[in-house]
Amino acid sequence: MTTSNIHDWLNEHGDYLYRFALARLRDTHLAEDVVQDTFVAAIKSNSFAQQSTPRTWLTGILKHKIIDVMRKGGREITASDLMSEEDANMDEFFDAKGHWAEKPLTWDIPDTALEQKQFFAVLQSCLDKIPNKLATLFMMRDIHDTSNEEICKELNITTTNAWVMLYRARMRIRKCLEINWIGST
Amino acid sequence: MMDCKHASKLMSRALDEKLSLRERVSLKFHLFLCKYCLHFSQQLKALRVTISSICKNIEDDINIKLPSETKTRIVKLITSDVE
Repeated sequence: MTTSNIHDWLNEHGDYLYRFALARLRDTHLAEDVVQDTFVAAIKSNSFAQQSTPRTWLTGILKHKIIDVMRKGGREITASDLMSEEDANMDEFFDAKGHWAEKPLTWDIPDTALEQKQFFAVLQSCLDKIPNKLATLFMMRDIHDTSNEEICKELNITTTNAWVMLYRARMRIRKCLEINWIGST
Repeated sequence: MMDCKHASKLMSRALDEKLSLRERVSLKFHLFLCKYCLHFSQQLKALRVTISSICKNIEDDINIKLPSETKTRIVKLITSDVE
Protein backbone atom coordinates (compact mmCIF):
# COMPACT_ATOMS: atom_id res chain seq x y z
CA MET A 1 0.00 0.00 0.00
CA THR A 2 1.22 3.46 -0.77
CA THR A 3 0.83 6.28 1.70
CA SER A 4 -1.23 8.35 -0.72
CA ASN A 5 -3.70 5.49 -1.16
CA ILE A 6 -4.11 5.29 2.56
CA HIS A 7 -4.68 9.04 2.80
CA ASP A 8 -7.46 8.84 0.25
CA TRP A 9 -8.95 5.85 2.01
CA LEU A 10 -8.83 7.59 5.35
CA ASN A 11 -10.82 10.47 3.87
CA GLU A 12 -13.23 8.27 2.00
CA HIS A 13 -13.81 5.44 4.47
CA GLY A 14 -12.54 6.69 7.84
CA ASP A 15 -15.95 7.93 9.00
CA TYR A 16 -17.71 4.77 7.90
CA LEU A 17 -15.17 2.52 9.64
CA TYR A 18 -15.53 4.61 12.78
CA ARG A 19 -19.31 4.22 12.74
CA PHE A 20 -18.98 0.50 12.09
CA ALA A 21 -16.72 0.14 15.13
CA LEU A 22 -18.85 2.44 17.28
CA ALA A 23 -22.00 0.43 16.52
CA ARG A 24 -20.30 -2.66 17.92
CA LEU A 25 -18.05 -1.39 20.68
CA ARG A 26 -20.29 1.48 21.82
CA ASP A 27 -17.29 3.38 23.13
CA THR A 28 -15.85 6.34 21.20
CA HIS A 29 -12.26 5.91 22.43
CA LEU A 30 -12.13 2.21 21.67
CA ALA A 31 -13.71 2.85 18.27
CA GLU A 32 -11.07 5.50 17.44
CA ASP A 33 -8.31 3.13 18.51
CA VAL A 34 -9.46 0.23 16.35
CA VAL A 35 -9.81 2.48 13.31
CA GLN A 36 -6.26 3.71 13.90
CA ASP A 37 -4.99 0.12 14.27
CA THR A 38 -6.79 -0.79 11.06
CA PHE A 39 -5.00 1.87 9.01
CA VAL A 40 -1.64 1.04 10.56
CA ALA A 41 -2.21 -2.63 9.69
CA ALA A 42 -3.37 -1.67 6.19
CA ILE A 43 -0.22 0.28 5.38
CA LYS A 44 1.95 -2.63 6.48
CA SER A 45 -0.03 -5.18 4.55
CA ASN A 46 0.21 -6.15 0.92
CA SER A 47 -2.84 -8.33 0.91
CA PHE A 48 -5.20 -5.88 -0.80
CA ALA A 49 -6.50 -7.58 -3.91
CA GLN A 50 -7.85 -5.38 -6.68
CA GLN A 51 -10.99 -7.47 -7.00
CA SER A 52 -12.09 -6.41 -3.53
CA THR A 53 -13.17 -2.84 -2.78
CA PRO A 54 -11.02 -0.85 -0.34
CA ARG A 55 -14.00 -0.51 1.99
CA THR A 56 -14.62 -4.25 2.13
CA TRP A 57 -10.95 -4.94 2.65
CA LEU A 58 -10.57 -2.35 5.41
CA THR A 59 -13.77 -3.52 7.10
CA GLY A 60 -12.34 -7.05 7.15
CA ILE A 61 -9.25 -5.83 8.99
CA LEU A 62 -11.40 -3.74 11.32
CA LYS A 63 -13.55 -6.76 12.29
CA HIS A 64 -10.46 -8.57 13.52
CA LYS A 65 -9.34 -5.53 15.49
CA ILE A 66 -12.77 -5.35 17.15
CA ILE A 67 -12.58 -9.02 18.13
CA ASP A 68 -9.11 -8.39 19.59
CA VAL A 69 -10.55 -5.61 21.75
CA MET A 70 -13.36 -7.84 22.97
CA ARG A 71 -10.88 -10.54 23.91
CA LYS A 72 -8.44 -8.19 25.61
CA GLY A 73 -11.05 -6.51 27.80
CA GLY A 74 -10.57 -9.19 30.45
CA ARG A 75 -13.24 -11.16 28.71
CA GLU A 76 -11.20 -14.10 27.53
CA ILE A 77 -12.73 -17.51 27.74
CA THR A 78 -10.55 -19.89 29.70
CA ALA A 79 -10.71 -23.67 29.60
CA SER A 80 -12.57 -23.80 32.91
CA ASP A 81 -15.34 -21.62 31.49
CA LEU A 82 -16.18 -24.06 28.76
CA MET A 83 -19.46 -25.85 29.02
CA SER A 84 -20.31 -29.22 27.62
CA GLU A 85 -23.79 -30.22 26.62
CA GLU A 86 -24.35 -31.92 29.99
CA ASP A 87 -23.20 -28.87 31.95
CA ALA A 88 -25.90 -26.71 30.51
CA ASN A 89 -28.25 -27.01 33.42
CA MET A 90 -31.36 -25.18 32.37
CA ASP A 91 -33.50 -26.05 35.39
CA GLU A 92 -33.99 -22.39 36.25
CA PHE A 93 -36.00 -21.96 33.04
CA PHE A 94 -38.05 -25.17 32.92
CA ASP A 95 -40.06 -27.38 35.25
CA ALA A 96 -39.45 -31.10 35.72
CA LYS A 97 -41.62 -31.92 32.70
CA GLY A 98 -39.61 -29.64 30.42
CA HIS A 99 -42.30 -26.91 30.28
CA TRP A 100 -41.49 -23.21 30.64
CA ALA A 101 -41.24 -22.17 34.28
CA GLU A 102 -42.10 -18.62 33.22
CA LYS A 103 -44.03 -18.52 30.00
CA PRO A 104 -42.63 -16.28 27.24
CA LEU A 105 -44.84 -13.29 26.39
CA THR A 106 -45.30 -11.49 23.08
CA TRP A 107 -42.98 -8.57 22.36
CA ASP A 108 -43.42 -5.46 20.29
CA ILE A 109 -40.42 -4.87 18.08
CA PRO A 110 -39.01 -1.46 18.99
CA ASP A 111 -39.11 0.57 15.78
CA THR A 112 -38.76 4.23 16.70
CA ALA A 113 -35.32 5.65 17.44
CA LEU A 114 -36.33 6.33 21.03
CA GLU A 115 -37.68 2.82 21.59
CA GLN A 116 -34.53 1.34 20.08
CA LYS A 117 -32.40 3.45 22.36
CA GLN A 118 -34.36 2.32 25.41
CA PHE A 119 -34.23 -1.27 24.24
CA PHE A 120 -30.47 -1.13 23.78
CA ALA A 121 -29.98 0.38 27.23
CA VAL A 122 -31.95 -2.49 28.78
CA LEU A 123 -30.05 -5.02 26.67
CA GLN A 124 -26.77 -3.50 27.86
CA SER A 125 -27.82 -3.81 31.50
CA CYS A 126 -28.87 -7.41 30.88
CA LEU A 127 -25.47 -8.16 29.33
CA ASP A 128 -23.81 -6.70 32.44
CA LYS A 129 -25.72 -9.17 34.61
CA ILE A 130 -24.59 -12.37 32.91
CA PRO A 131 -21.08 -13.87 33.17
CA ASN A 132 -18.54 -12.06 30.97
CA LYS A 133 -17.77 -15.12 28.91
CA LEU A 134 -21.40 -15.51 27.91
CA ALA A 135 -21.80 -11.80 27.22
CA THR A 136 -18.70 -11.83 25.00
CA LEU A 137 -19.93 -14.76 23.00
CA PHE A 138 -23.39 -13.21 22.60
CA MET A 139 -21.89 -9.90 21.51
CA MET A 140 -19.57 -11.53 19.01
CA ARG A 141 -22.30 -13.66 17.50
CA ASP A 142 -25.46 -11.57 17.75
CA ILE A 143 -24.17 -8.01 17.83
CA HIS A 144 -20.97 -8.30 15.85
CA ASP A 145 -22.44 -10.99 13.57
CA THR A 146 -19.23 -12.99 13.57
CA SER A 147 -19.58 -16.39 11.92
CA ASN A 148 -19.61 -19.44 14.15
CA GLU A 149 -16.45 -20.85 12.58
CA GLU A 150 -14.63 -17.60 13.20
CA ILE A 151 -15.77 -17.46 16.83
CA CYS A 152 -14.63 -21.03 17.47
CA LYS A 153 -11.28 -20.33 15.83
CA GLU A 154 -10.74 -17.01 17.62
CA LEU A 155 -11.76 -18.30 21.05
CA ASN A 156 -10.42 -21.79 20.53
CA ILE A 157 -13.65 -23.55 21.46
CA THR A 158 -15.64 -26.30 19.76
CA THR A 159 -18.93 -25.70 17.95
CA THR A 160 -20.75 -27.64 20.69
CA ASN A 161 -19.23 -25.35 23.34
CA ALA A 162 -20.36 -22.36 21.33
CA TRP A 163 -23.97 -23.59 20.92
CA VAL A 164 -24.36 -24.44 24.57
CA MET A 165 -22.95 -21.12 25.71
CA LEU A 166 -24.95 -19.11 23.19
CA TYR A 167 -28.11 -20.96 24.20
CA ARG A 168 -27.48 -20.17 27.82
CA ALA A 169 -26.68 -16.54 27.05
CA ARG A 170 -29.80 -16.07 24.93
CA MET A 171 -32.03 -17.68 27.56
CA ARG A 172 -30.71 -15.40 30.28
CA ILE A 173 -30.88 -12.28 28.14
CA ARG A 174 -34.39 -13.10 26.96
CA LYS A 175 -35.61 -13.54 30.50
CA CYS A 176 -33.91 -10.35 31.64
CA LEU A 177 -35.40 -8.37 28.75
CA GLU A 178 -38.84 -9.74 29.44
CA ILE A 179 -38.67 -8.59 33.04
CA ASN A 180 -37.07 -5.21 32.42
CA TRP A 181 -38.25 -4.03 29.05
CA ILE A 182 -41.58 -2.28 28.86
CA GLY A 183 -42.39 -3.53 25.37
CA SER A 184 -43.47 -6.98 26.52
CA THR A 185 -47.16 -7.68 27.09
CA MET B 1 -43.39 -35.31 21.50
CA MET B 2 -40.59 -32.83 22.00
CA ASP B 3 -40.72 -30.73 25.19
CA CYS B 4 -40.20 -26.95 25.44
CA LYS B 5 -36.72 -27.37 26.87
CA HIS B 6 -35.60 -29.34 23.85
CA ALA B 7 -37.47 -27.06 21.45
CA SER B 8 -35.83 -23.92 22.87
CA LYS B 9 -32.39 -25.47 22.47
CA LEU B 10 -33.10 -26.27 18.84
CA MET B 11 -34.42 -22.76 18.18
CA SER B 12 -31.23 -21.25 19.53
CA ARG B 13 -29.04 -23.60 17.51
CA ALA B 14 -31.08 -22.81 14.39
CA LEU B 15 -29.72 -19.26 14.59
CA ASP B 16 -26.21 -20.61 14.16
CA GLU B 17 -26.54 -23.52 11.78
CA LYS B 18 -29.07 -25.35 9.67
CA LEU B 19 -30.97 -28.01 11.58
CA SER B 20 -31.51 -31.47 10.15
CA LEU B 21 -34.75 -32.14 8.29
CA ARG B 22 -35.97 -34.28 11.16
CA GLU B 23 -35.23 -31.56 13.70
CA ARG B 24 -36.95 -28.93 11.59
CA VAL B 25 -40.09 -31.01 11.16
CA SER B 26 -40.45 -31.90 14.83
CA LEU B 27 -39.76 -28.29 15.83
CA LYS B 28 -42.41 -27.02 13.42
CA PHE B 29 -44.88 -29.47 14.86
CA HIS B 30 -44.08 -28.36 18.40
CA LEU B 31 -44.42 -24.67 17.47
CA PHE B 32 -47.79 -25.38 15.90
CA LEU B 33 -49.06 -26.67 19.23
CA CYS B 34 -47.17 -24.53 21.74
CA LYS B 35 -47.75 -20.78 21.73
CA TYR B 36 -45.10 -20.11 24.39
CA CYS B 37 -42.38 -21.60 22.25
CA LEU B 38 -43.77 -19.65 19.32
CA HIS B 39 -43.39 -16.50 21.42
CA PHE B 40 -39.87 -17.56 22.27
CA SER B 41 -39.03 -18.05 18.61
CA GLN B 42 -40.46 -14.62 17.76
CA GLN B 43 -38.48 -13.07 20.60
CA LEU B 44 -35.21 -14.54 19.36
CA LYS B 45 -35.93 -13.12 15.92
CA ALA B 46 -36.96 -9.74 17.36
CA LEU B 47 -33.73 -9.61 19.32
CA ARG B 48 -31.66 -10.23 16.17
CA VAL B 49 -33.62 -7.82 14.00
CA THR B 50 -33.53 -5.07 16.60
CA ILE B 51 -29.83 -5.39 17.27
CA SER B 52 -28.93 -5.35 13.60
CA SER B 53 -31.20 -2.41 12.88
CA ILE B 54 -29.64 -0.46 15.77
CA CYS B 55 -26.15 -1.22 14.41
CA LYS B 56 -27.28 -0.26 10.92
CA ASN B 57 -28.69 3.05 12.15
CA ILE B 58 -25.35 3.95 13.69
CA GLU B 59 -23.43 2.81 10.58
CA ASP B 60 -25.65 4.94 8.34
CA ASP B 61 -25.64 8.04 10.53
CA ILE B 62 -23.49 10.37 8.45
CA ASN B 63 -23.46 12.90 11.28
CA ILE B 64 -21.12 10.61 13.20
CA LYS B 65 -17.59 11.29 12.01
CA LEU B 66 -14.14 10.14 12.96
CA PRO B 67 -12.79 13.07 15.05
CA SER B 68 -10.33 15.19 13.06
CA GLU B 69 -7.65 14.89 15.79
CA THR B 70 -7.78 11.13 15.33
CA LYS B 71 -7.44 11.53 11.56
CA THR B 72 -4.39 13.72 12.06
CA ARG B 73 -2.92 11.20 14.47
CA ILE B 74 -3.46 8.35 12.01
CA VAL B 75 -1.84 10.33 9.18
CA LYS B 76 1.20 11.00 11.39
CA LEU B 77 1.44 7.35 12.38
CA ILE B 78 1.26 5.93 8.90
CA THR B 79 3.65 8.53 7.49
CA SER B 80 6.26 7.85 10.17
CA ASP B 81 5.85 4.12 9.63
CA VAL B 82 6.85 4.44 6.02
CA GLU B 83 9.90 6.62 6.60
